[in-house]
Amino acid sequence: SDEDFNERCAQCSEVNWGLTDGGRFYCRSCHNVTERTREVVNTDFITNSRVQTISKGSRKQEENDGGSEWYICEGFQLVLKKQVEALEALGVCPQMKDEILCNFWRCYLQKSKQAYCKRPAPETVKTLSVCESSTDVDSDPERPSLLHLLSLSESEGDLQTDCSFASSVSKVSESTSVYSGSVDGSLYLMKNQKEKLRMTMPMTLSFCYMALLWVREPITLSELLRYVVEGHIPYLNVFQHFPEKMKLCGLDLKIFCVESWPVYEEVFDQMHELAAFLDLPRFPDITESCFLHPDMLCMKYLMEANLPDELHIWTCRVVKKIGIGEVDFLTLVPGNKSTRKVKYDVLAVAVIVVVLKLLFLLDDHYEWLLSEYAEERNKNNTEGGPYFEFKKWYEVVKHSLDVKQKKLDEERAKYLWRCEKPLFYSVKNKSKVLKRRQMVVNLQNQFGKLSGSVQCAEKPNPSSFQLSWSEKNTDGSCFHGHSLKGVLQEKRGLLTAMNPDYWLCTVKLCNEKLCGHLAHYKEVEFPQSYHFVLGLFSFLLRVQPSYIHDEVCMIEHKLFNKKLYKKLKYNTVLRSKKD
Amino acid sequence: MDSFLEEEEEDEEAPTVVVAGKRRRRSHPAAQAALQPPLHLPFPPPQPVSSNEHKLNFKKSKEACLSYIQDALLQKQWKRAAEFLTCYVESLEKDYSREHIGPSEMIWRIGTEILWHHSQSSMKEFNCFMEQMKTLGVKRYLKVCLEHVFHLLCNGQIDEAYQNLSLAESWRFGEQTAIQDKEMKLIQAYRGLLDYYSWSKQKNILLEQGEDGFSDLAVEQEMHGYFRKAAVNLKEIIKIPGVWDIFVKCYVDLLEFYGDHNEARQVLNEYAYNSKFPANPNAHVYLYQFLKRQREPKKSLISALKILHDIVPSHELMIDFNTMLQKSKKRKKRRLGLEVIFAALDYAGWKENAKAWSCLARQVKQIVVSDKHLDWIKQEWNSRKDWWPAFHFSRYLAKRNWQEDKSLSYEKALVAGILLGKGCKYFKYVSHQGCKAQLKRFRMLKKFVNRHNLVYLKISGPPDSSVQP
Repeated sequence: SDEDFNERCAQCSEVNWGLTDGGRFYCRSCHNVTERTREVVNTDFITNSRVQTISKGSRKQEENDGGSEWYICEGFQLVLKKQVEALEALGVCPQMKDEILCNFWRCYLQKSKQAYCKRPAPETVKTLSVCESSTDVDSDPERPSLLHLLSLSESEGDLQTDCSFASSVSKVSESTSVYSGSVDGSLYLMKNQKEKLRMTMPMTLSFCYMALLWVREPITLSELLRYVVEGHIPYLNVFQHFPEKMKLCGLDLKIFCVESWPVYEEVFDQMHELAAFLDLPRFPDITESCFLHPDMLCMKYLMEANLPDELHIWTCRVVKKIGIGEVDFLTLVPGNKSTRKVKYDVLAVAVIVVVLKLLFLLDDHYEWLLSEYAEERNKNNTEGGPYFEFKKWYEVVKHSLDVKQKKLDEERAKYLWRCEKPLFYSVKNKSKVLKRRQMVVNLQNQFGKLSGSVQCAEKPNPSSFQLSWSEKNTDGSCFHGHSLKGVLQEKRGLLTAMNPDYWLCTVKLCNEKLCGHLAHYKEVEFPQSYHFVLGLFSFLLRVQPSYIHDEVCMIEHKLFNKKLYKKLKYNTVLRSKKD
Repeated sequence: MDSFLEEEEEDEEAPTVVVAGKRRRRSHPAAQAALQPPLHLPFPPPQPVSSNEHKLNFKKSKEACLSYIQDALLQKQWKRAAEFLTCYVESLEKDYSREHIGPSEMIWRIGTEILWHHSQSSMKEFNCFMEQMKTLGVKRYLKVCLEHVFHLLCNGQIDEAYQNLSLAESWRFGEQTAIQDKEMKLIQAYRGLLDYYSWSKQKNILLEQGEDGFSDLAVEQEMHGYFRKAAVNLKEIIKIPGVWDIFVKCYVDLLEFYGDHNEARQVLNEYAYNSKFPANPNAHVYLYQFLKRQREPKKSLISALKILHDIVPSHELMIDFNTMLQKSKKRKKRRLGLEVIFAALDYAGWKENAKAWSCLARQVKQIVVSDKHLDWIKQEWNSRKDWWPAFHFSRYLAKRNWQEDKSLSYEKALVAGILLGKGCKYFKYVSHQGCKAQLKRFRMLKKFVNRHNLVYLKISGPPDSSVQP
C-alpha cells in the first residue's frame, strides 16, 4: 500500500523516496522515478518521514506535463558529468572533473556563444534561475545561469541524424508539429554546424578523451570506447538519469537518444576539431614515461597478443629509427595542420605488425619455415626458454580469438538498447508508447523464463586486457618467455634478423586529406598470416583491420622511404651516365 | 486496439532517370528526346559500409539477433531461441518498418513456435502470449485468432477453441473488419465445423438411443440446432473459390442426413466443375462417391472419374474406373480402360498392387484371345517398352514377387509373357518356379503364353499401317 512505500529502488536499491509534483515517487539517491503515484490523499502518508515532497522550482512550469524549462546544453552538461564521474570511479585523477573537463566545457559554451558572453542586444534572452528542487543537477555552483538563444533567422543546416531514427522522425513530423521538451531543441538542430561546433552524443566522448589526454591518463581511445560499449561509462540511454523535470520530447530524442555505438574515427576527429575550436594550447608532453608512448603501449599489446617479450627490443628500435617516440611527434598541438594526428593505440600495434614482418616476413611461407626449424630445435633442446614457434602461437591465439569473437558477436546480438524510461515524441502517443513498453517487458519476462542461461545481472569489472595469458599455466599456452634465437643471428656483435627480405604493403601512400586513407586494404590481396595478425589487433582495439593497415603503411613508408629513394636515385644516376 | 505501428505500406516507385532534359540542351533533337522512354535503372546493390563495419547500431544488432534465433530454431534449440528472442522483442518499440514481415509478425511467429515446442512451456502461457499478439497487430488480428484456435484444437481444447472463434467473429475494428473479410469467413467456417462436430456427436447419441428403442426429444432438438448453425457457415465458405475439402465433406454429410440430395449434388458439382476453383482431385472423388451412394447410372460415374484420371492418373480409384470401363459395351470405353490401367502402373506406388496387375492381365488376355484391337496394346506399349522391362520385369523383381506374393507374380508374368514373349526373364523365372511347385494355373499360363508367343512380335514391331484401328 502507499502509506509505507518502503520498497527498495529498482535502480540503486536505496530506500530514500521523494515525491514529485506529479505525485510520483522518485528516488532521491539516483533520481529514478517510479510508476507508483500517491493516488489517495492519506493523512498517514504525510507522517511518513521517509518521503518528502519537492517544492516546485522557480522555473516556469509547463501547463500540461509538469516539466520545467531546460536547455540542450544543460542536458549535455549532465551527460558529461555522469561520464566523468564514471571515469573517476574507474580511477582517473580526481582533478580531471573539476579542473580539466569543467574548464573545457565552460570554454566551449563561451566559444559557441551559449554562455559567458555578452549578449547581442536584439536577440531574445532568457534568464534562468537556479532550479530549487532538491535534485543534484544544480549542485555545481558554476553552472551557467545565462544562456542565450540563437535567432531563428539562421539558415537551416544539414540535420545530421542517426539514420535509423530519421525515418521515424519524419513520420512523426507529418502528423505533429516539430517540437521538443527542451526550450531550444528544435533551434538546436537547425543551427549552422560549420560555424559553431555543435554538441552531439559522440562529442561528449571527444570531450572525455580530450580531458584524458590532457592529464595523460593511461587510457587509450579504443579502451575508452570499449568501456562505453561495456557499460562502464554512461552513454546509451544516459538521459534516463536526467531529473524528472527535464522532459525529453520530440527533437530532444534526436539529440540525446543514440542508437549506435560511437566510432573511433568520429570521436578522434571531433576531439581534434574541438581542441582547435577551443584554441587550446599545446597539450602536456607525451614522454617516454607516459603510458601513451609507443614503447609503453607496445609492451602492453605484446603481452596481450601473447608474443615474446624479446620483441619489445625490436619495437623500440623501430620506434627510435623513425622518430615516432619523439615528444614533438607524439604531443598534440591543436590546430596544427602540418602534423599528422597520432592514434597512440593504433600506432603501437602497427609497430608490432611491422616488427613481425621484419622478423617473420608473414608471407604465408617464411614464418612456417622458421616455425618448423624452431620445432626441431625445441625437440632437442631442453635448456633455457623454448624457441618461439609461430605455428603454436597461431593455434593458441586463433583458438582464443575465435572463442572471444563468438562471445562478442553473441553479446552484440543480445544487447538490450532500451531503458526503463519510455520515450515518446508527443504526449499524443504517450499511452501507445507506454503500452508497447509494457508489452515488451511482459514478453521479456515470459521468454526470459524459458531461456536456458540465467541472465547475469552484474557486468564484469572493467579490464584493460581482453586476452590474458599467464606463465603460471603449465599447458604452454603462454609465449611471453619464449626466445627469438631461431630467427635472429649475430652479425658483428649485433643481433639481426635472419630474414633478409621484406615486402611492402604499398609502394605509394595515398593522400589522406583527399582520399581519406593512406592506403587501401583488401583482404584477398595480402597473405593470410598478415591478415590474421591484423585481425587479432583489430579485435583488441575494436577498429577496422584497414585502420591498422594504414598505420603499418605509414611506418613502412618512414622506414624504407630513404632506402627506396636512394636506390632510385642511384639507378637514375647510373642510367644517365650511360646515356 | 493499438494500430500505432501498423503503418500503411507505401509503394516505392523504382527510381526513374529522365534523360530527356539533358539531351535537349546538348543538341537539337527535341523531338527525339520526347520519344525517348524514361530510363528505368535497377536498384544498385546496397553500398558496402566498409568504414562503418565496426559501427554497431540498433538495427544491425537486432538483425544479428534474429539470425541467431533462426539458427537456434533450425536446430530445435528452443531454450537458446527463447534467450535471443528475449533480446529481440525490444525491436517492437521501433517497429516502423515497412517491410512485409516486420518485427511484430516475427515475434508472433517465432514466439508461437518456441512456446509450442519448449518443454517448460504450458498452454496457459501459450494462451497468454496469443492474447498479447492479438493486441499487437490489427492487420493480422484474425490470422492470429485462427492460429490460436488451431493450437487449441491440437491440444484437444475444443470448447476453448469454440469460444475463441465466437469472440473473433464478433470483432469489429472499423475498415479493418472489412479488409479481413476472408479471414472472417474462415473463422466462421471453422466455427461451423465445430458445430458440425457437436451435431455429429448428438447424432451418434441418438442413433445409440434409437437402437435401445427410445429417443430423447431434447437431444434431437439440440442436434437440429447445431445443424442449422453449422450449415449456415459452411455454406458460406464453399461459395468462395478455394480448396475446402473438409468443409464440403461435412456440409454434404449434413445435407444427405436431412435428405437434401439436390442441394448436395449441386454443391459437389459446383465444387468439382466451377472453373474459378483451383483444380482439386478430391472434388471429383467426393462427387464420385456421392454419385455412387446415390446409385447413379454408370455414365455419370465414368464422367466423374474421367476428370480424376486426367488430374491424377495414379489415383486409387483408377481400379474402379478400369473395372467399369472394361465391362462397357462401347469399344471406345474399353480402349480408355486399357489406357487408364497402363497409366496407373507407370507409378511406383502401384508396382506391387496385385489388383491393378490382374486388371491389366485380364484386359490384355481378353484382347489377345479375341485377337481384336492388338493395336491398342501396341500403342500403349510403344512408349513403355523402353523402361517397363527394367521397371517391372527384372529378374530381381521376379524373384521378390514370387517370394512375397504368388498371385501378383502370376498376373505380372502373364502380362510380361504377352508383351515381351516367352523369353523374357520375368516370365521365365516365374513360370519355371510355378511349374516346379506344380501349380496348375502356372502351367496353364505357360501354355497360354506359348500359344500366343507371336503377339509380342506384332506389338513391338514398328508402327504398322495394316493394324490401324
